[in-house]
Amino acid sequence: MREVLHIDWTRCDGRGLCTELLPTLLGRDDWGYPLAMQAAGGDPSNVVIDFQHSEAAADAVKLCPKMALALAYEADQADETW
Amino acid sequence: MTSLAAQMPGLGDHRGLRGTYRLFAAGNNADISAHVQAFGPLPASGIEGDFIDVLESAGLTGRGGAAFASWRKIAAAGAAARSRAIMATKPVVIANGAEGEPLSFKDKTLLAHAPHVVIDGLLCAARAVAGGQMFMYVSAPSIPAVKRALAERTDARNIKIVAASETFISGEASAVVNSIANGKALPLERRRRLSDSGFKGRPTLVFNVETLAHMALIARFGAAWFRCVGTERDPGTRLLSISGPISGQILEVAGDVSLEDVLTQSGIDVSTVGALLVGGYHGRWVRRLDYRLAPTGTESHTVRPGAGVVHVLLHSQCGLEATAQIVSYLATQSAKQCGPCMFGLPAMARVMNAIAYGDRDPRLLLELVRLSDVVTGRGACHHPDGTAELVRSALDQFSEDVDAHLSGTCLKTKGRRS
Repeated sequence: MREVLHIDWTRCDGRGLCTELLPTLLGRDDWGYPLAMQAAGGDPSNVVIDFQHSEAAADAVKLCPKMALALAYEADQADETW
Repeated sequence: MTSLAAQMPGLGDHRGLRGTYRLFAAGNNADISAHVQAFGPLPASGIEGDFIDVLESAGLTGRGGAAFASWRKIAAAGAAARSRAIMATKPVVIANGAEGEPLSFKDKTLLAHAPHVVIDGLLCAARAVAGGQMFMYVSAPSIPAVKRALAERTDARNIKIVAASETFISGEASAVVNSIANGKALPLERRRRLSDSGFKGRPTLVFNVETLAHMALIARFGAAWFRCVGTERDPGTRLLSISGPISGQILEVAGDVSLEDVLTQSGIDVSTVGALLVGGYHGRWVRRLDYRLAPTGTESHTVRPGAGVVHVLLHSQCGLEATAQIVSYLATQSAKQCGPCMFGLPAMARVMNAIAYGDRDPRLLLELVRLSDVVTGRGACHHPDGTAELVRSALDQFSEDVDAHLSGTCLKTKGRRS
């Protein structure tokens, strides 16, 4: 099970703190929201965190002013929709 | 809806339910007696936990858009309820008739003419999970018929009607739960499935009203009966809302039907058809009519029915203009909760409109592709993803039109551009 940084888009306001703490994993989109820089096909709302970024990711979770981040283990995501 | 009465089979004999004519077999505006006469009474027993097995062998999938296996949802909610340490966490079951998709009207039609089939299905689903509260979340025009139907029965006193708001995303499952619980039809950030934790933290099942209607008939006539129409990968029937040059009509078709058969059954002259929008505003444009309508299958031969929408674009109509109008609408329907959707969809709409209405900047195409990739997967619900899918399919299916537009002409509306 890989560790993932989950972005709650309903909370995220694009302050950019996480992109400064994780500059190799997160860039910013046209409007300042964090944009996963991983290869295509990944889940841009659940960014895979490798061991060397684990600590910075934990900091990002703690310091996000909108409390929009959470660390989780990649599990089956909610797949119901309308 | 003129065809319903004409197609009515012999009443009082459910063998009249052969073929694809099933859900409306009790006729127009069916009251409880017409309903029972056509389908027989809902079995009083035999619909408990093992109904999940029946549903699994029937292979019923959701008819609201996502085509999720119905038995899996019920099983998950049942398991979640059993795993709770505390008592009184009975699952909540919701019939979703919000139908915010502008091109869809099959749910409203079903609720108007066959409300009892939907109510039966809701009762079946609730019995299968030993459920507690039940809701019918339906748009305002459907409320009178549903109210009348509920008043005609004694077994539906626990069912509450809730008015769905008239927005595109009001039918998204978490928006349904949010609307009923908090009066806000906005999607929720979800870390857990609704079947684990939904309405007031209880295991919650949200089923499209047509899905429930199929359940009601499966409960009566069984899985084998359900499967005698359709194919292995797409058993049973589904309702389609057909729109375009002809006035809207509802068809009940076999699973895995070809698009050409759909058009023929709708009385549409195939030679006039330029393209079809299948699935709805979050669906896909297709130009080949030998595609089959099924929730699974290769993209080159199948198109997902989504909410059962088939919209006809004539040869004389420009697919880029049609798409621009839809994307503009979808941008207005963002719940504005998630930044990439709130800003990205209007940006996509601007570029799509620029291409459709005469801007010749060659960079527009790549910009639209880029924006579609930027918004995808970055929201609490699938609104940005569905919008991006529509745009990608338009750029794929109307690529010659894009070339023409960017060089100052239109293949369809010649003369309008210089």
